[in-house]
Amino acid sequence: MSTATVRPRSGRTTTARRRRWLLEVGWKYLVALVILFYAMFPLLYVVSAALNPRGSLAASNRLFAAFDLSNFAALGGTSYWTWYGNTLIVSGASALGAVLMGAAAAYAFSRFRFRGRRPGLTALLIIQMFPQALAFVAIFLMLLALGEVFPVLGLNSKLALICVYLGGALGVNTFLMYGFFNTIPMELDESAKIDGATHAQIFWRIIMPLVTPILAVVALLAFIASFGDYIIAKIVLVSQDNWTLAVGMFQWVSNQLASNWGLFAAGAVLASIPILALFLGLQRYIIGGLTAGSVKG
Amino acid sequence: MSVPQGTVSESAPPPHPPLTTPAAEPHGRRWNGLGWGFVVKLVLMAIVNAFGLMGVFAAVQAESWIIATAAAVLLIAADVVYFTKRALPLKYLLPGLAFLLVFQVFIFGYTAYIAFTNYGAGHVGSQEQAVAAALAQGERRIDTSPSYPLSLVEQGGEYGFAINDDGEIKAGSVDRPLEVVGETSATGAPADVPGWNVVPRGTFLGDPELQELVVQLRVPVSDDPNEGSIRTRDGSTGAVYLSTLEWDADAQTITDTASGTVYTASDSGSFVSDDGTALPTGWVVNVGFDNFLRLATDPGLLEPLALVTLWTFVWAALSVLIPFIMGLVVALIFNDPRVKGRKILRTLFILPYAFPAFMSALLFRGMFNAEFGVINEFFFGGANIDWLGDPWLARIAVLFVNVWLTYPYYFLVCTGALQALPSDALEAASIDGAGRFRQFRAIVLPLVLVATAPLLISSFAFSFNNFTIIYMFNSGGPAIPGAPYALGATDILISAIWAISGVSGGAADYGLASALSILVFIVVGVISALAFRQTRKLEEYQ
Repeated sequence: MSTATVRPRSGRTTTARRRRWLLEVGWKYLVALVILFYAMFPLLYVVSAALNPRGSLAASNRLFAAFDLSNFAALGGTSYWTWYGNTLIVSGASALGAVLMGAAAAYAFSRFRFRGRRPGLTALLIIQMFPQALAFVAIFLMLLALGEVFPVLGLNSKLALICVYLGGALGVNTFLMYGFFNTIPMELDESAKIDGATHAQIFWRIIMPLVTPILAVVALLAFIASFGDYIIAKIVLVSQDNWTLAVGMFQWVSNQLASNWGLFAAGAVLASIPILALFLGLQRYIIGGLTAGSVKG
Repeated sequence: MSVPQGTVSESAPPPHPPLTTPAAEPHGRRWNGLGWGFVVKLVLMAIVNAFGLMGVFAAVQAESWIIATAAAVLLIAADVVYFTKRALPLKYLLPGLAFLLVFQVFIFGYTAYIAFTNYGAGHVGSQEQAVAAALAQGERRIDTSPSYPLSLVEQGGEYGFAINDDGEIKAGSVDRPLEVVGETSATGAPADVPGWNVVPRGTFLGDPELQELVVQLRVPVSDDPNEGSIRTRDGSTGAVYLSTLEWDADAQTITDTASGTVYTASDSGSFVSDDGTALPTGWVVNVGFDNFLRLATDPGLLEPLALVTLWTFVWAALSVLIPFIMGLVVALIFNDPRVKGRKILRTLFILPYAFPAFMSALLFRGMFNAEFGVINEFFFGGANIDWLGDPWLARIAVLFVNVWLTYPYYFLVCTGALQALPSDALEAASIDGAGRFRQFRAIVLPLVLVATAPLLISSFAFSFNNFTIIYMFNSGGPAIPGAPYALGATDILISAIWAISGVSGGAADYGLASALSILVFIVVGVISALAFRQTRKLEEYQ
């Protein structure tokens, strides 16, 4: 934040320049400080609470009063790591599935001209608007019925949860990918076709490597969406060792909030690190994805 | 709605010699269509077919005809699509489409179906199941009823009984009435039961949990619920328990032989006696628009629901407006090349957005705690402000949380929109003497709005159903006094549906919850239609 851009010649012009700088630019740094405080305070607070060995809500109010990793160690005595693993499995699988199915669908819509293409795109656009979460009663009852026939797809199965998430994958992501696929010139496909490549070879060898940025964005968005989902995860996953982080940590905080606080804070810090890292790493692409119509889930 | 990487087409090389590598013969000749790709496809399809056929058989065995049909149709469709040369686009669409149809489209249809039934606590399953359940509840041990030597048997994790009925071994479980499985010459409990594993008596005696289970276990004597069931207290002798209730399928009545009361099957899916008492178990029937009528006319429900609906709209509108304005202002302030370190600032500003949303809600739940929370302690001098217990404070607090975690989104979006503004228009305006504010109102704001309007509308639809924040922050509370189904002051429609449905415990009313879901679907549909028209309009601009 230094002002010394030009070496001052005379006192008067320096004061004038400094005043102008303060009026036009300098105050923005003050505003930035205010926003930084607003944005960062809760995050600093949770880090400080995680490092506070006393672990209760009341004891966490003095920021960075202690530095101690006992809360992190204590997580080992709970189901936290099981939930963490479950979350990674469920979110990872649904992200992978969403990317593969979305990319395949986007390829079909972008490269082939077939009957029902426009109505299909429109139908996807409309279906996408209706959130699956609103139909959770039907999801619950359907899995109840499915579980009597195939127990692996019934309630309390992670596979069933992944399937439900994949059900919503096509609608949300196809458009994001479709737009991107359209920016890859058709001439590439055509020249490959002349060289004798099949459609599957074109898809896997030519298109997929070129659209990696959007694949990453869709994977991240799908990962975050299932990472943060509570409503469907809660009704599908019944037993405690099948819970995801969202379900398990809500349970911690809703029961005996005050005494579990240190554990919660440590768990929150650990759980947010991968997401934060991914998000900041892919920031550039995500901003493009955001402006193309996705919302935080 | 373009993604910034739209420049690929410009940078792509023109018809390019480098791609055609000098090979002895072109790829096309060498390709005979049966390479390793085909093997992979064959293996995948074999797996799909194996699981598909297994599924169809399992469904047929369980007599779930809808599931069996759906599985069969999907399986045939998969085989047809992947083993013909035609239907090329479908080869790419089918996997996603299958999931979409089953787990989204069907779910919507199923919701509509449930909305027109009385599905819920006390009304589950078919009438046949309701009769069996009613008779099971009325079962008593009759003094004259026979008793048999019995042993506990097990098959694939399911427990059942085997009895020795004068030399005939009969075995069965909860779902499978007793049937003859063999003969024995010995008296006493059967030691060897064909098709079942006999559980040793020692295991039974040593396992209190198993004993508990066995005492609850009832094995029907036959398909006719009137014939009663076998039960045991000690695991070695079984007695026939008969119901004091008697089912008459022709007259559709259940008669209580002890008191003489006659319960008649009613149109509303339960057995009702003349004096109006009903048996606790009923079955699912179609009730037409009853659920919708109840939502509209039941005064105990209508009043809290009206409050919830109003708050839902206010919540969704403010959840878009406040963060948007904040994000726009911040973006305007920092869209200035003279501010140094903008990249770092931007990264720090969007941290709340990168923090998982459900975690933010839980975090603030603790921070807003009246007794120990850091917010009261830090910003209000230790005052005991009851943020989560007062309806208005709770609403303000939950909005605050949502603003905190969504304004970075609008900041990013608006920054993008501002950077795409045509600088010549702004220059021309300033030459024409327009002030900063005038430029903002006449040029910047309209252009930013054109770019962000579809996002604003879809954010509105999203906030409208943002269950996670509402539920995680305060579980919809504080409760509205006198409201049924535990509705609270910060409940929005989707969390109200959650409370009414009772899927997480409490009195379940799936029918009513689904009816409310349908209404919300309609609202979302209208909003989406608006959004759709808006995006159309936008496309025309470009």
